[in-house]
Amino acid sequence: MSAIIETKELRFAYPADEGGDPVFALRGVDLEIEKGSFVVVLGHNGSGKSTLAKTFNAVLLPAGGKVYVEGMDTLDEKLLLAIRQRVGMVFQNPDNQIVANVVEEDVAFAPENLGVPTEEIRRRVDDALKAVGMYDFVTHAPHLLSGGQKQRIAIAGVIAMEPECIVLDEATAMLDPVGRREVLSTVHRLNKEKGITVILITHHMNEAEEADRVVVMDDGKVAMDGTPKEVFTRIDELRSMGLTTPDTVDLLDRLQKDGWHVPLDALTVEECADAIAAAAKN
Amino acid sequence: MEPILQIKNLTHTYGVGTPFQRSAVEDMSFDVYEGEFLGIIGHTGSGKSTLIQHLNGLLKPTAGQVLLGGRDIWADPKKIRDVRFRVGLVFQYPEYQLFEETVYKDIAFGPTNQGKTGDELDRCVREAARLVGIRDDQLDKSPFELSGGQKRRVALAGVLAMEPEVLVLDEPTAGLDPAGRENLMANIRDYHRNKHKTIILVSHSMDEIAQNVDRILVLKSAHVLMSGAPAEVFARAEELLTAGLDVPQVTRIAMTLKARGLDIDPAVYTVEALEKQLQALRKDGAVC
Amino acid sequence: MLKDITLGQYFPGTTVAHKLDPRTKILLVVLYIVALFCAKGIVGYALMALCLAVCVRISKVGIKQLVRGLKPVLFIIIFTGLLNLFFVPGETYLFEWGFLRISLEGLRNAIFMVLRIMLLIMGTFLMTYTTSPISLTDGLERLMNGLKRFRVPVHELAMMMSIALRFIPTLIEETDKIMSAQKARGADFESGNIIQKAKALIPILVPLFISAFRRADELATAMECRCYHGGEGRTKLHVLKYERRDYIALTIGVLVLAAVLVLRYFGI
Repeated sequence: MSAIIETKELRFAYPADEGGDPVFALRGVDLEIEKGSFVVVLGHNGSGKSTLAKTFNAVLLPAGGKVYVEGMDTLDEKLLLAIRQRVGMVFQNPDNQIVANVVEEDVAFAPENLGVPTEEIRRRVDDALKAVGMYDFVTHAPHLLSGGQKQRIAIAGVIAMEPECIVLDEATAMLDPVGRREVLSTVHRLNKEKGITVILITHHMNEAEEADRVVVMDDGKVAMDGTPKEVFTRIDELRSMGLTTPDTVDLLDRLQKDGWHVPLDALTVEECADAIAAAAKN
Repeated sequence: MEPILQIKNLTHTYGVGTPFQRSAVEDMSFDVYEGEFLGIIGHTGSGKSTLIQHLNGLLKPTAGQVLLGGRDIWADPKKIRDVRFRVGLVFQYPEYQLFEETVYKDIAFGPTNQGKTGDELDRCVREAARLVGIRDDQLDKSPFELSGGQKRRVALAGVLAMEPEVLVLDEPTAGLDPAGRENLMANIRDYHRNKHKTIILVSHSMDEIAQNVDRILVLKSAHVLMSGAPAEVFARAEELLTAGLDVPQVTRIAMTLKARGLDIDPAVYTVEALEKQLQALRKDGAVC
Repeated sequence: MLKDITLGQYFPGTTVAHKLDPRTKILLVVLYIVALFCAKGIVGYALMALCLAVCVRISKVGIKQLVRGLKPVLFIIIFTGLLNLFFVPGETYLFEWGFLRISLEGLRNAIFMVLRIMLLIMGTFLMTYTTSPISLTDGLERLMNGLKRFRVPVHELAMMMSIALRFIPTLIEETDKIMSAQKARGADFESGNIIQKAKALIPILVPLFISAFRRADELATAMECRCYHGGEGRTKLHVLKYERRDYIALTIGVLVLAAVLVLRYFGI
């Protein structure tokens, strides 16, 4: 499979306060995101994960190194629209990314900007709203919807661009558990059914359980990179980076230390219970 | 134990007389005891936010009463401000209410409104800052220079500085990362332990509630669904799940283990407790 | 409390009044206002009131809603009325008490003035009640399109207006929240004199402004991420098109204005 996003030696610094040194948020990140994959990027606040996300569609430009989107250099200004059309972004605060006061108008915003013909916009808006399960709300006012619904509208607004990749920059952080589940199941479905690459930035460990790949950021660098099972079994390292492990792994770890013959990488509740039950009956 | 707050048949109806009329809280009754750490959990729309705004008199009941120390808080509507000093309410994302030039002044806003001055004011501000882990040298900074987590601490200190008898926290850890969440909860636990003040914690996170509180109140569509100690509530995990609420991950593991035929009491909510149960099982020689 | 504001609120519907092209409605309101200021005598005013009544009937907007819209400007209406009543000099005085005197002309002026303002406001409100803000801005943008030639940033203005409209409910909700939070810290917005009351607003205004700027910043980024790059090459989900009903409505509008002008000529 080919890469949709590739970063090489990526560095980024925020401008310094008066007199101070610039703060490096990214210190050399090399990543390749495969087309069609579901990647979760974890890290504590200030680890650089959000900054990294914003370099993927040229909201932030590298201070050193490169970011390529389907081979296009994000530093090339002429390619800006092409890059942003391919990599859509959903942000944290649902209220601050909805432009219009009617749902369909908001979803239509991106295709309108891209100069898509009117009939085609209609089709895209309807398709996008159906894809996120919000078609019944076509003419509603967004500010009356729940947090999870607003985020699904925001996702629809991105899908209407027909992107290759969606980046969710802590898009679940402000939601309640119900809203979080809505958003997660929506992006998982889009990933499976439409083959859209999903990059989910979060600090909720359990959102990573079903990902293809987990990237852990720490201090502006990639600290861990692998499948959820590989990453979450490195308990001590995760803790030292201010992250937690799922309770399943925590329990299995304790049992192992007590002399049980259980694996560490049973992440889900079902897997974990199966592993313990199997060890118990042995 | 004496109840410090008594909620009696509380009802709050929005939009009376319009087609949008709906009760966010309906005939709710419960007591909050002096010195206890109470958790309130429920969906968005279960009436949590409406309920807690009644506890300090921000909202007036459509029917029913709220008693503070045995007195109806609306007995004298002119004195409702005193109730707000006695029941401190920290809203969701409280960092968005900061407005003063310095951290110190912002924390002092509440106690100044209370009429505190001079040394007493200074003591309240410094003590509140210390309780939430704000350093002395940060007091003269602008609150807007601080990080998100620190801003939230300042906002929390602004309420603690009023030295309320009851502290109500609405989703205090929303949006924080795991380490930030744990740090803030540790501060709140310390405050509870050292000051013996009543705390009401509202949260979406079953795990957070389970690990911190003495007693849980579960709300569902404007009513109290159940209340009791964490173990009692999670013993009814099936009911919680049918009501569309989460249970802690540990409880779910225990439930699944029981379903797999292991002799496990599913009313656990900490990893340690489940580990202990499993170890005991092994010692009995029944399994493993 | 703040949620009760009805200013510029839209009541969805499917009547002809709702279906008219927003450009038509804007033009009709302009014609209506011109006619209102041309009306001179009782017959002219009666005709205007009749027009409004017919439109209200067609739109199925409750008269109650329209009257409620007058509430925020009630003070201005009363003030104008009293000013005219007492201070318009005339020949015959109906009432005299110290420096207060009411002339026949004053009474006449006061009644017409009050009537004019009320008709003006209700007419404009009828438009906003039957037109969604977004199609209203859309209509304005299209009407002013010709001004682009004179370097008037028509698209940008329209975009700004529609975003402002989009954020009004959000900011109202936010104001409510901040107010409650400060009240919980013992802030007092009710008592004290005007200066104290103004000072009490600082704890609300500062967080509100900071949050508005943060929202603006985030919204700008979000818009850029969705490929916004100004009005150039932009297409539309809804394209405005004049229908037969629009031509009919505009013709009626012009005829009414003509009628008012004729009535004015005769001084009635």
